[in-house]
Amino acid sequence: MSDTNNLVMDLPVPSSLLDIGAQGLIGKPLSRSEGPLKVTGRATYSAEYAIPDLAYGYLVGAKFGRGKITRVDADAVRGLPGVIDVITDFATFIRNPQQGGESKAPAQGVKDVQYFGEIVAIVLAESYEAARDAGERLVVEYEEAEGRFDFEALKADSEKGTFNNIPGYFHQGDLDRAVADAHASVDVVYTTPSQNSAAMEPHASIAVWEEGTLTLYGSYQMPSSDKLQLAKALGVSAKKVRIIAVYIGGGFGSKLGVAPESVAAAVAAKQLGRPIKAVMTRPQVFETTVRRASTEQRVRFSVDAEARLTGVGHETKTSNLPGESFFEPAGVGTHFAYPGDNRVINHDIVRLNLLLAGSMRAPGEASGMMATEAALDELCHKIGLDPIEFWRRNEPKEAPEEKVPWSTRQLLRCMEEGAERFGWDVRNPEPAQVRDGEWLVGMGMAAAVRSNMLMKSAATVSIDPDGRATIATDMTDIGTGTYTILGQIAGELLGLPLDRISVNLGDTNSPPGAGSGGSWGAGSSGSSVYLACERLRERLAAAMGCVPDELTLKDGIATARNRQIALAELVGEGLEATGQIAPGDMETQRKQASYGAHFAEVGVNATTGEVRVRRMLGVFSAGRILNAKTARSQCLGGMTFGIGAALTEDLVHDPRNGKVVNHDLGEYHVPVNADVPQLEVHFLTERDQFANPLQAKGIGELGISGAGAAIGNAVFNATGIRVRDYPITLDKLLDQLPPI
Amino acid sequence: MHFTINGTLYQVEVDNRVSLLDLLREHLALTGSKKGCDHGQCGACTILINGRRINSCLSLAVMHQDDDITTIEGLGSPEDLHPLQAAFVSHDGYQCGYCTPGQICSAVGMLDELKKGWPSHVSPSLRDVDLNDDEISERMSGNICRCSAYPNIVDAIRDVAAAQA
Repeated sequence: MSDTNNLVMDLPVPSSLLDIGAQGLIGKPLSRSEGPLKVTGRATYSAEYAIPDLAYGYLVGAKFGRGKITRVDADAVRGLPGVIDVITDFATFIRNPQQGGESKAPAQGVKDVQYFGEIVAIVLAESYEAARDAGERLVVEYEEAEGRFDFEALKADSEKGTFNNIPGYFHQGDLDRAVADAHASVDVVYTTPSQNSAAMEPHASIAVWEEGTLTLYGSYQMPSSDKLQLAKALGVSAKKVRIIAVYIGGGFGSKLGVAPESVAAAVAAKQLGRPIKAVMTRPQVFETTVRRASTEQRVRFSVDAEARLTGVGHETKTSNLPGESFFEPAGVGTHFAYPGDNRVINHDIVRLNLLLAGSMRAPGEASGMMATEAALDELCHKIGLDPIEFWRRNEPKEAPEEKVPWSTRQLLRCMEEGAERFGWDVRNPEPAQVRDGEWLVGMGMAAAVRSNMLMKSAATVSIDPDGRATIATDMTDIGTGTYTILGQIAGELLGLPLDRISVNLGDTNSPPGAGSGGSWGAGSSGSSVYLACERLRERLAAAMGCVPDELTLKDGIATARNRQIALAELVGEGLEATGQIAPGDMETQRKQASYGAHFAEVGVNATTGEVRVRRMLGVFSAGRILNAKTARSQCLGGMTFGIGAALTEDLVHDPRNGKVVNHDLGEYHVPVNADVPQLEVHFLTERDQFANPLQAKGIGELGISGAGAAIGNAVFNATGIRVRDYPITLDKLLDQLPPI
Repeated sequence: MHFTINGTLYQVEVDNRVSLLDLLREHLALTGSKKGCDHGQCGACTILINGRRINSCLSLAVMHQDDDITTIEGLGSPEDLHPLQAAFVSHDGYQCGYCTPGQICSAVGMLDELKKGWPSHVSPSLRDVDLNDDEISERMSGNICRCSAYPNIVDAIRDVAAAQA
C-alpha cells in the first residue's frame, strides 16, 4: 500500500531530517554506487540493449541549407544486399529536437528543409554496414531556396525575445542618463560563438513496438516530458509510450528534448514491424541536435565616484530557427548578480536557418557572464580598483529588481576565500608585467552566479520484508551522481547502508521525476525521495509505538523508547510511500541562486600567443553539499567547459548554407586532458532552507558560469590584450603581443 | 577468421566492412568498448591489441586474425576490479561513464609505454622519461572526457602507477 507525501515549497524548511539522520551518509565523499558497472563496461547505454530481431537504421540528413525535397530515390538502394527499406515520412519526422520540459511535439515536417543536416530519411538494413552504405548512396533530390545563414549580415533584422525563464525585454530607470552622468563607465561589445554540448555518447534510440505500445531505449535527460513529446509527435496516447534511459553518456542540455533519431526509429519500427536501432553519427550530433547559440552582447556598466554601480546594461542579439521561441538568455544572471538602479536587459532573436538553438550547460549565465564579468574587469582596470574590492562596495543587500531578500548569498565570501587560497594578493594589477621564460603570466578572477530552480518531482520508496529499500523514479543520472545521492538521502533517513538500497532510475513506468537539467535534479528529485522517506519514518514510528522524533534508524535497526527492532521485522510485508515536491511561494519570496568565484592563472606564449591555463581554483556555495566527491566533480566539469568556452570551442557555420563546418571532435575542440591542470574546488558550508527540504541548491552549472571570463581576464592581465571575441585563440593575440 | 578476446578464442565470419569496434559491440555483445565518434578522435573505443592500445573504430575486424585482444570486460569484473578500475571508482575518474572503458584501457597501455621508456611530447629528452602529472595528461589526451574528470583521471593513474613502481 502506497501513500503520498506532498510538499509545495510555500514555506521554508528550517530543520531538515538530514541533520538528525544517524547513518552518516549525507555530504560524505562516497564513491558512485554504479561505479563498478561503469568502469568494467557493464553499464548499459541506450544503443546497447540486446533486442531480438533488431534491424539497423541509418539516418540521412539534407545536404543543403534551405529548400524543398522533390524526390528521394529509394528504389536505387532498396536492392542493395542487406537493405530492407527506406522510410521517408515527411509529415511525422521532426525538424529539430524539442526544448527541455515541453509537453508538446517538436516542430514536425521535413519536406521543407530549414537547415543543413535536417534528418529526412532513415535507411533500414540487416546490418549497420549495409544501412550506412545505402544511406551514404541515397540520392535526395531537392530545389534549393534562399536561406538566412549569416548572423553578421542579418543581425539588424531581428525580433524581440518573448518570455524564456526571463522576460525578453526589461528596463528600469534611465540607463543612458546614468552612463552620461557616471564617474566612470564601460560600453563594450562581446561575442560568443555557437557551441555544441558534444556529450561522449551520440544520441541513440532503439524503438520496440509491442501490441501498440512503444518502448524507446533513448539517451534522454528528462524521460517524463520526453515521453509526452514523443507520443504527440507519433500521434499516440502517452500511455502507449515508455522511455527507458538507465545510463546516459552525458547530456549537458543536448538530450533534454526528444531528437530526430527517436521519432525516425519509432516510425520505421512501426512500419517495418521490427525493432529499430538508430544512432546518430558524430557529425549528425553536431548538425542536427542542438547548439548553444552564438551571441553578440553589448554590456554597459556605470559607477559613481565611490565605484558603486548606478547602471547596468546587457543587450544580447542571438539567433534561432523560425518558429522557435527559445533565445539564449544571456542576461538571466545579470538580473540579480549586479545592483544598479538604472537597468536595461534585452534579448533579440535573429531568425536563421541553422540547427536548433537551445539549452547547453548553464544557458544564459555561461555565455552571459563571459561578457559581463569581462566588462566588469575592464571597468575595474579603468578605475584602478581590485575586482574583489569592487564587489565589497557593490554587494547588494537584496535582489535589485524584485527587492526581495536573498535566500542565501555568499558571493563575497567565495571571493575572499578564493583569493586567499589562490594567492590573489601577489597579482600585479598592471598587465604584461610578469614573465616566466617564454610565457607571459597573468591572473584573473570572476564571479559565478546561477539561478536555483525547483521542479515538480516524484519518487516511490519501498522497504521490503528483507529490510532492503528500493527507490523508483524516472529521474535520470547523466553523470551527475543521482544514483548515489538518492541512495544517500534514503539511507540517511531510513538508517540503511548504501548496499541495502536499490536505486531504479530512467524508466517512465516509475513516478515522474524532474529529469536532469537546469541544475534542479538533486534538489527536486532528492526532495521527492526525502518526502517518501519522511512518510516511511512516520509509518515506522507508528509500528514502534512512538512519534517520529523519538525514532533512531541506523544500520537497519529501529531504536525508540529503549526498544530495538530490525527494520525487516518492523515492516511486516513491506512498506511503500511516494514523495512529491513542487515549487511554491519560496520561488518568489526569496531570490534563490548558487554563487561562486573563479580564479585562473594563465601563461600566454610570448612568441606564439598560445594560451595555457596553469592553475584554476573555484570556491562555491550552493546550500548543502550532498556528496562532496560527486559535487566536486560537477564543478571540475563546469570549470573545464569554461576553459573550452574561453579558449577553444567555436562551432563554425558556413555563411553560404549554414553547414556546421567543424562537425566532429577533431575540428570542434573540446578541452583534452593536457589542457586542464589539477583544478581546485572548495565549498563553503551553507544551508538554504528556502530552496527545498534538503536545503541544497544546484551545482552542475555553477562551475561554468563565469569560468571563461576568469580566463579571459587572466589573459588580459598577462598581455594587456582584451579579446572581446571568444574563444581567445592565438590568432587574436598574435599581432598585439608585447615586443619580445 | 579467429582471434582471442579476453582469453577466449573466437571464430567468426565477418563482413569485411565491419570495424573491430562494431564487431565487439554489434556482433559479440561486448558493449563495454564505446563508440563516441567512429573517427579515431575521442578514444572511447580504445582497447588493447597484443598489449598495445588502439582505437578499435579505426581498425577493420578482418585485420585481426590471431590477435590477442583485451577489452574493458577482460580487465576486471564488478566483483574483481583491476587496480585502475578500482582507482577510477575511488577517485571519481568519470561521471557519465561513457568514455571510461576507453580511458582505462588507454591507461593500461600508456603505463606500459612509460615502463618501456617511450618518450612523449612533454618528455625533457628522448631518454629522459619520468612518470609525472604532465606525462600522464599528455599521454591520456587521446581520450576525451566531456564530463571533464581529467584531474581525477590523473589522480587515479598516478596512484596505480606509484603502487606498481
